[in-house]
Amino acid sequence: MLDFVQQLVSGIALGCVYGLIALGFVLIYKATEVVNFAQGDLMMLGGFFAFTFIGMLGLNYWLGFAGAVAAMALFGMLAERVVVRPILGYPQFSIIMATIGLGYFLRSVVGMIWGTDDFKIETPFSEGVLRIGSLVLAYDKLSVIAATIILCALLYLFFNRTTLGTAMRATSENMLAAYYMGIPVKRVVSIVWAIAAAVATAAGVLLAPITFIHSNVGLVLGLKAFPAAVLGGFGSIPGAVVGGVLIGVIESMAGFYLPQGWKDVAPYIVLLVVLLLKPEGLFGIHMRKKV
Amino acid sequence: MRFLFKTDYEDDIRLFPHSGYVFSYGILIAFLLIAPFVLSSYLVSQLVFVCIYATVGVGLMILTGFTGQASLGHAAFLAIGAYTAAYLQQYDVPFPVYFLAGGLLTGVVGALVGFPALRLTGIYLVIATISFAFIVEEVLARWESVTHGNEGMRVKTLSLFGVAVPRDGPTFYYLCLAVLVLTIVGTLNLLRSPTGRAFVAIRDSETAARSMGVNVSLYKVKSFAISAAITGLAGVLFAHKLSFISPEMFTLQLSIEFIIVILIGGTFSLHGAVLGAIFLVMIDPFLTYLKDDLPGIIAGIAAAFGADSVTAGKVHSNVAAIASANGLKGAIYGVIIVLFVLFEPLGLYGRWLKIKLFFQLFPLYKRATFKRQKIYVKSERNR
Repeated sequence: MLDFVQQLVSGIALGCVYGLIALGFVLIYKATEVVNFAQGDLMMLGGFFAFTFIGMLGLNYWLGFAGAVAAMALFGMLAERVVVRPILGYPQFSIIMATIGLGYFLRSVVGMIWGTDDFKIETPFSEGVLRIGSLVLAYDKLSVIAATIILCALLYLFFNRTTLGTAMRATSENMLAAYYMGIPVKRVVSIVWAIAAAVATAAGVLLAPITFIHSNVGLVLGLKAFPAAVLGGFGSIPGAVVGGVLIGVIESMAGFYLPQGWKDVAPYIVLLVVLLLKPEGLFGIHMRKKV
Repeated sequence: MRFLFKTDYEDDIRLFPHSGYVFSYGILIAFLLIAPFVLSSYLVSQLVFVCIYATVGVGLMILTGFTGQASLGHAAFLAIGAYTAAYLQQYDVPFPVYFLAGGLLTGVVGALVGFPALRLTGIYLVIATISFAFIVEEVLARWESVTHGNEGMRVKTLSLFGVAVPRDGPTFYYLCLAVLVLTIVGTLNLLRSPTGRAFVAIRDSETAARSMGVNVSLYKVKSFAISAAITGLAGVLFAHKLSFISPEMFTLQLSIEFIIVILIGGTFSLHGAVLGAIFLVMIDPFLTYLKDDLPGIIAGIAAAFGADSVTAGKVHSNVAAIASANGLKGAIYGVIIVLFVLFEPLGLYGRWLKIKLFFQLFPLYKRATFKRQKIYVKSERNR
């Protein structure tokens, strides 16, 4: 039983990281219908920025964290401006390929600048455990879970309570109509990319104590976060986090209870089964075109 | 310019619209036939890879280019073909039998993947095919009694009707070329048949295709099966060319490379698959060439602009350091993909058509001929 709870918590913590990356996918998809395959790489780049600020320049953890988030928000806007904006309105496939190309580029450039070794960021949560009875919970995992809950709540409020959030939802429904209504669509899209990159950075920094930061971490985790977003139904913010947690828990349970090799495949098998039964994901809304 | 007057349906579906095509393709075939005798063995070996990648590209083109179903799982189909060949070869099954068996088995698997894919569109389909590819990769790594797991499998030299066909020899090149040409001709025939027209109808509008009486599910499964079968055939050749296969060769990376093949070539015509394959395979030797020669060339240019020998030497070593940096290839790949999507969305074949039209219409060519409409109102979610 104790093992089970232990696995559950570490699964949830891992799942929250997937959920945070998936949140980035969903944000961008919600606002622009662009599927950003480079989201995991944005997370990786954010982790490296944080490593540079904290590990190499010796800044305070929170200062470095904020600096990395700000830098990545700018980078997100830049990526949107250079790569995505010229092809908005073209078929989705082109945009997917463009973001795959962006991901390739980021991975190689990071590998060239920082090298391909593993890096570790010292955080206030790296050490120490919380003991509840005989249950031992590491602070680094709890910090991920707490941060996910906070970010999720903030984003939910932002999308549903603020004018800018409403503008983003309008843009996602119909870009042209939103433009006619006076919404500055280009700026909205740019801000969405900034937010997505910032969320990805948060995920990268929180992840740093659990798994090390290296140039391929974005690809590995991004490919897990994708099923998370799809499982939750692309386009649903709570869905992304629930999907992420599900994938994380399945992975950690499969690693513990099933023979070797199931750990990596189990999330995908579950995903295929869910897609078979409910093609629009768990929380997706299925809309049919009227002819 | 030449005007083609089509007076009946037979004119419309002709493989060679006019005699000029016969002439130019004849020259191309003749060149390809003498290639092993004039090119270095390294280039011939690269040409074999071009043939294999182009065959996969044609398969993927049927699915992605003509039926409009994206797939990032074609490496798995290639793997199934390759492993079928390696497995059956152990039991002394002759090449023609396991070649066809590889294609058939992969086709069946493709159809099985096609069924769940019926209800999925867009991004969901991409994810489903990625998941499928991951599962296949893991199965290959774990099913040790058949696949030898991560140790990989050796593939013996191909023997065709009792004659050994070494993987570096010209005969193997001719075999791959023959498979490619037959695949292309077969696909062209398929595309002018009712099946092919149904594929294109599904790509252009599923709703419209359905209301015209096209059985969308049936044709989607067919498209998956045909595409997978062709990829499986290429897989058999791939296994022989590499002579050793292991699960980590068939990763998502390879699937992305196949997508790059058709994207760079142009996703609307079979020419694109071949051009894209040439580009993708030949970029490697080209980059190696650049790495070796570029520093010298740039230092030479610097010297020509009046830099003294010390500065020129510095330039030389700096450029050499950049050119031999780890991972530069990945960065160049990334930049190439992004540039193609941004500036040449119709791919290399699109560029060729533009150049051709420019000369045909010469002073009247308009850039807007190839301009694509941007659509901001169509939501992919409402389909």
